[in-house]
Amino acid sequence: MPGKLKAKVVAGRHLPVMDRASDLTDAFVEVKFGTTTFKTDVCPKSLNPQWNSEWFKFEVDDEDLQDEPLQITVLDHDTYSANDAIGKVYIDIDPLLCSEAATVISGWFPIYDTIHGIRGEINVLVKVDLFNDLNRFRQSSCGVKFFCTTSIPRCFRAVLIHGFVEELVVNEDPEYQWIDRIRTPRASNEARQRLISLMSGELQRKIGLKVLEMGGNAVVGYLQCFDLEGESGLVVRAIGTACTLDKISSTYTAAIVQNLSNSSPSKDMKDSPQAVPSALGCRSTHSSPVHSASSRLSQGFSVSVPTLLFAGMKNRHRSSEGPRARQCRAGFGEEAPGVPLSSGPPTPLRAQTFSSFSPSKSYSRQSSSSDTELSLTPKTGMGSGGSAGKEAGPLKALLRQQTQSALEQREFPFFTLTGFPPAFLLHVGGVVSARSVKLLDRIHNPALGNTRSYKLLDWNSFTADEPETRDAWWEELRQEIKSHAKALGCHAVVGYSESTSICEEVCILSASGTAAILSSRFVQDGALDTDHRLSRQQASVFTTGAEKGEGVMGSSASLGFEDVAPPACGFCHIPYDELNMPFPAQLTYCHCCRRHKVPDVLFTTIDVPTEANVTGKGCLIQARLCRTKKKGQGEGNATAISNLLPFLEYELHTQLLNKLKLRGMNALFGLRVQISVGDTMLLGLASATGVYLTALPSPGGIQIAGKTPNDITYEQHISNMQKKINDTIAKNKELYEINPPKLFTLDPDAFRSINTEFVEEVIGSPIPEPRQRSRLFRSHSESSDEVLELDLSHGKKDAFVLEIDDTDAIEDIHSLLTDAPTPPGFYSCNTEIMPGIYNWTSGLQMFTSVRVFRLSNANLTNQGLNKIFNDLCENLLKSLYFKLRSMVPCCLCHVNFIVAVPEDELIQVAVTAVAMSFDKDQSQENGRQSGDKTLMKAITENEEQLQFPLELSAESPSNPLSCAKGLSEVSGPLPSARAPSVDHSSFTDRCSSWIEQLRLKAHTIRRGSIKTMSSLEKASPVPEGRSRSLRSNRSCPGSSITVVKMTPLSFIPGAKIIKYLGIINMFFIRETTSLREEGGVSGFLHSFIAEVFAMVRAHVAALGGNAVVSYSMKECVFMENPNKNQAQCLINVSGDAVIFIRESELEATPSQTQSGNVQTSSNGEGT
Amino acid sequence: MSVELDVFVGNTTIMDKEVYQLWLNGYTVNDAVKVRMEGGVMEECEASAEVLLSDTMDQFRTFQMCERLLQNPAKLANQLLFQIPPDRQAMLIERYYAFADAFVREVLGKKLSKGTKKDLDDVSAKTGITLKSCRRQFDNFKRVFKVVEELKGPLVENIRQHFLLPDQLARDYAAIVFFANNRFETGKKKLQYLTFQDFAFCAGQLINNWTVGAVDNMVEDMDVDLDKEFLQDLKDLKILIADKDLLDQHKSLVCVALRGKTKVFNEMETNFKNLSRGLVNIAAKLTNPKDVRDFFIDLVEKFIEPCKSDRWTATDVNLYLTHYTNSAHILDSFKYQTVWTRYMGVIKSCILRMYHE
Repeated sequence: MPGKLKAKVVAGRHLPVMDRASDLTDAFVEVKFGTTTFKTDVCPKSLNPQWNSEWFKFEVDDEDLQDEPLQITVLDHDTYSANDAIGKVYIDIDPLLCSEAATVISGWFPIYDTIHGIRGEINVLVKVDLFNDLNRFRQSSCGVKFFCTTSIPRCFRAVLIHGFVEELVVNEDPEYQWIDRIRTPRASNEARQRLISLMSGELQRKIGLKVLEMGGNAVVGYLQCFDLEGESGLVVRAIGTACTLDKISSTYTAAIVQNLSNSSPSKDMKDSPQAVPSALGCRSTHSSPVHSASSRLSQGFSVSVPTLLFAGMKNRHRSSEGPRARQCRAGFGEEAPGVPLSSGPPTPLRAQTFSSFSPSKSYSRQSSSSDTELSLTPKTGMGSGGSAGKEAGPLKALLRQQTQSALEQREFPFFTLTGFPPAFLLHVGGVVSARSVKLLDRIHNPALGNTRSYKLLDWNSFTADEPETRDAWWEELRQEIKSHAKALGCHAVVGYSESTSICEEVCILSASGTAAILSSRFVQDGALDTDHRLSRQQASVFTTGAEKGEGVMGSSASLGFEDVAPPACGFCHIPYDELNMPFPAQLTYCHCCRRHKVPDVLFTTIDVPTEANVTGKGCLIQARLCRTKKKGQGEGNATAISNLLPFLEYELHTQLLNKLKLRGMNALFGLRVQISVGDTMLLGLASATGVYLTALPSPGGIQIAGKTPNDITYEQHISNMQKKINDTIAKNKELYEINPPKLFTLDPDAFRSINTEFVEEVIGSPIPEPRQRSRLFRSHSESSDEVLELDLSHGKKDAFVLEIDDTDAIEDIHSLLTDAPTPPGFYSCNTEIMPGIYNWTSGLQMFTSVRVFRLSNANLTNQGLNKIFNDLCENLLKSLYFKLRSMVPCCLCHVNFIVAVPEDELIQVAVTAVAMSFDKDQSQENGRQSGDKTLMKAITENEEQLQFPLELSAESPSNPLSCAKGLSEVSGPLPSARAPSVDHSSFTDRCSSWIEQLRLKAHTIRRGSIKTMSSLEKASPVPEGRSRSLRSNRSCPGSSITVVKMTPLSFIPGAKIIKYLGIINMFFIRETTSLREEGGVSGFLHSFIAEVFAMVRAHVAALGGNAVVSYSMKECVFMENPNKNQAQCLINVSGDAVIFIRESELEATPSQTQSGNVQTSSNGEGT
Repeated sequence: MSVELDVFVGNTTIMDKEVYQLWLNGYTVNDAVKVRMEGGVMEECEASAEVLLSDTMDQFRTFQMCERLLQNPAKLANQLLFQIPPDRQAMLIERYYAFADAFVREVLGKKLSKGTKKDLDDVSAKTGITLKSCRRQFDNFKRVFKVVEELKGPLVENIRQHFLLPDQLARDYAAIVFFANNRFETGKKKLQYLTFQDFAFCAGQLINNWTVGAVDNMVEDMDVDLDKEFLQDLKDLKILIADKDLLDQHKSLVCVALRGKTKVFNEMETNFKNLSRGLVNIAAKLTNPKDVRDFFIDLVEKFIEPCKSDRWTATDVNLYLTHYTNSAHILDSFKYQTVWTRYMGVIKSCILRMYHE
């Protein structure tokens, strides 16, 4: 169905000189959309031309609107020869297709040329008139909102979270087409940019369709990636989480007001979890018999395995394919055994190595469970589409998009979210990950037939009957992830992400996430139906897992009702069966509620949940590893890599664990393991944020043991090292302010003891009551028996003993101790925010830093390589700290490392992060527990909680069960909350009046902008009105450019995001044939990154925004050829364009719509 | 093993003032690192030499990329490539256009041509300022000169608006442009004792009183060229020394006024005719461009040196010049009062400024 796209070219400025004779330029502009092109007049002899063109109108399908970018080309008119192109601007129309996003795109865009970079700017106006399309069979999905943010965006609330959506589009890479030999680099680059722009538009549209079919209206945590597979093609793939979002607006103020009284008690609970007995939750639910059962069961039930890091390696070749699920399971056992990397004793595991690792009892069970589950899925589901889709597997044609039922999506209960609405996340099992090594072949994707990109390029060969597709590869991997999650007793995977690493024809596909149990609240489609289904699903897991009827009851019950009063420590409680842990682990009772079992260490890929109790501060922990590999070809190479992978992964895990312990912490969040493959080496980098979760036991120390105890100097050496380690631990504890409430002073004697039970008693059980302790013992011995039974070869050794004879261990210890601490005043983490820091100031600095290191010596040992790689990362961090020293005290948040091996002897590390300064004084005074929070904190917290009880009122009519539940919840804590609610309600008043205010403001801002825009048409290249009005808010007079903040986080400290304007997803190529003249590789890349930032900012400003949140640089491929004086770089960035307003400005305009609020709030009381 | 590529790009461009200054001073990266190490940044931030080198390289690169914009400061404010807060922008511009007094004294009044630029290595050797820095400063002068050459309106205002410079710096540039345009000789040994600020002050006086712009403010080059008519009129002043009666009358009037007010009265009396001849001859010769160039030399030779040798104080000079100027007004047969005021006002303030005790 049609829409009308209108574009107007206003003016240009700072154009380059194109005519050497006159030192001027005769510029004109071509505006192209699809196949239609318009031209402006030539503006002769000016570097600041004023075109003031008419409105160019394109009448197009909305499908095209979604796929195609508007292409604006600025040219220099030449009477005698061909016109010279100055540069181009691609404008993504997508934000205009969504009614709630931007309404007009207007502003100065940098004119970009892939050879010369930015060459002047052009002022353009773009609008879209869209006619509503009610056609069921439409191919477009206008109106679906996309967010890169991996949590529910700030000014929305989640009604439903539908689940996983994925799509993948392939094409031939223009760079590798035959025509590339005869065309200019510029033409080739532009073809590539355009193709990728088209492909990502198409991808987004297709995902949008899936979301619409699932009944959602938005995709959160949208992650789009490119695989440049070289000869074999170009893959653009995306994953995301489909949601139904509601804008938090005045219509909800009623509920908001009502909620405030509710939210306050739960807030209290958060602040002092210890003080609130979980009995409270039980009491309120005693009325229901099912409930009492649940609480009883969940007590008996709680079992835990701390961390599971599954690494399934497979090596698939062209020759070996076939039915997915089962084979992959088999391969899992045989080819390269899955490695359960538990936080439990790593030493025995290592000793035993992978070959001797027999498929243990736990293994067979786990696979059977997953298998049963797999066969169950179609049954629990209803449509034949589900099962058909499964069998058909890779055949993802048009048909699939249309008939895909929401249910089939449940095939992968994955969520790309890392932050969740309160009480959504019930339990976390641990990290699950899967990798597979593939040999790339020419892409044969039958789905390609109906893509436009196919029409775009006429490339010849593709055979539709080849079943091996990228789709199938990923599906395989996802199945594996799912079964890993099942093995952990979890029904969902959160914080899910996928990545690839390609080196010539070998490709490593990786998927990872965190196994979890989620509340059914947001996940249901029809409330009753899903409840049923979920419980059944659960049942299947647990019947196979634990052969107890009781367990079934417990799980379903706990699933359904545990969220009534979710304790802050709830997510730490183990979701799996204590008696059937698939791997050994040490469990203790939760240090918060004392009722459930928790693991000793928890690894996750998600952010620290807001409700989590964290002692002290966190820090960035990285494990870095290099492994040499022989050069190889084809299958041999792939096999070699897949043989190396488990070791790599295992060592990374050990390193992480040791470093975690060295910092006296017990949990990792935001874990991201990257494996990069090169010709002669494999790089592994695991980054995570370590924290001390109050609910988990205090970690033990690290003990070093020597194997030759008779040597005195050796002993001394060891004791020296031991002392160093102990000192470091103590120092770190002080540095990160880790003083858990009941931490036992660590007795050095206890360290020396290798007796696990003893260590356990001293370190692992800070539970004072003797009765409980005895119980702990009992349960522990039970579980340890279980472990022995599971795998006898696992000797019962202290988990933290490092044997010094082992060269690896020396290396480990060395790397442990060489990790320089962050300089004073600095903190760092790779999660959204740092636990323990709340009072952010507005100081914000996003940056990207890239380093490439050349290894001159080709014959390096693993250890040498390790050291180089380690130093490279450490030095990079040090440089960052130094650069940002003026921001102290500050925290580097969302530190994201990307490692690559671009060439034989090159290691490339790219870091994107944001430095945020905070107020030191306050942070020292009030920790989390004190409850005295800054305004900002209070607001965000309120905001989060507001969303929640809203849910109840929205849900209750459809679901009698949850209605009752809702009532009990409301009536439970309400009376107690009345007292403090007074000042809170006044606060809400203000809150809602802000919303009103903001709306008004936003309106006037926009209207104003349009007005000035029309006046601008005559005017000279002056800044647009909008930016001016925004600017006035931000006190930077004199400058004509909107300041655009960029941050990888989903929020801006001290500010409120009032509007999401749409997703920014840009891909740029830059090439040079005069590398030396541009300042060498560093100069070239420096200006390119600066240009990319500039273009992102310009697009955001043109949409009317003043910030990009959830910004990320997903790709930075750099290639050089210094001998030819050439270099090329590809960068892909994405983020969400937003408008934010400083909170200080918000306060300036308080209660104005008071009367309106009174009304709504009284309404709220009524419901 | 080496770091092949090392870049850091912030959304807000990070610039360290100290490093910027080192860059402006024309240091090489290695020299700059040395200076920074001596400055003690390393101890402050627990950084290593490696870190310092990386940071310095990175910032130097950033400055280099910015330089193109700094040469056209108006562009800096509305370019999109670097996001720099306005106060930072102002700092960058001000420092980029700042110059060393030692350097400017060397080129003040010289033609801003390629030839002069070629001689900059001598200047560099003489002043101890790096050649790179000399070039930047020279290019700045030349750039400002070229831009304002073609503009109408007041010189200082034009410079300020075009280069977004603070008022004082804009005035200094106006002086440089003025000197370069009129090619005033400033390099002679006798003038060495004068600072740039002395000349800048004099330039301000000349611009405000003797140029075309002093009477008509909408002419091209109004503040750069001296008012030709005025210079022509100055010839009429010759009567003050040519007419013997007038000269004597003038002398007696001045002497009456000065008697008893100064210790050097006798010297004043004896020197009167010489001094008066000197000042009036300067005025009369100003129509000749060559003599315009020697204006400051003449002032020193014809007036300041004789006074100095007689040990006049600045107060004495002030007293003398005040009465010298005023007495001429009382002369009945002297008809060129306006021209005299316009001339002597500037001469007096210039001499007073140039008269270092």
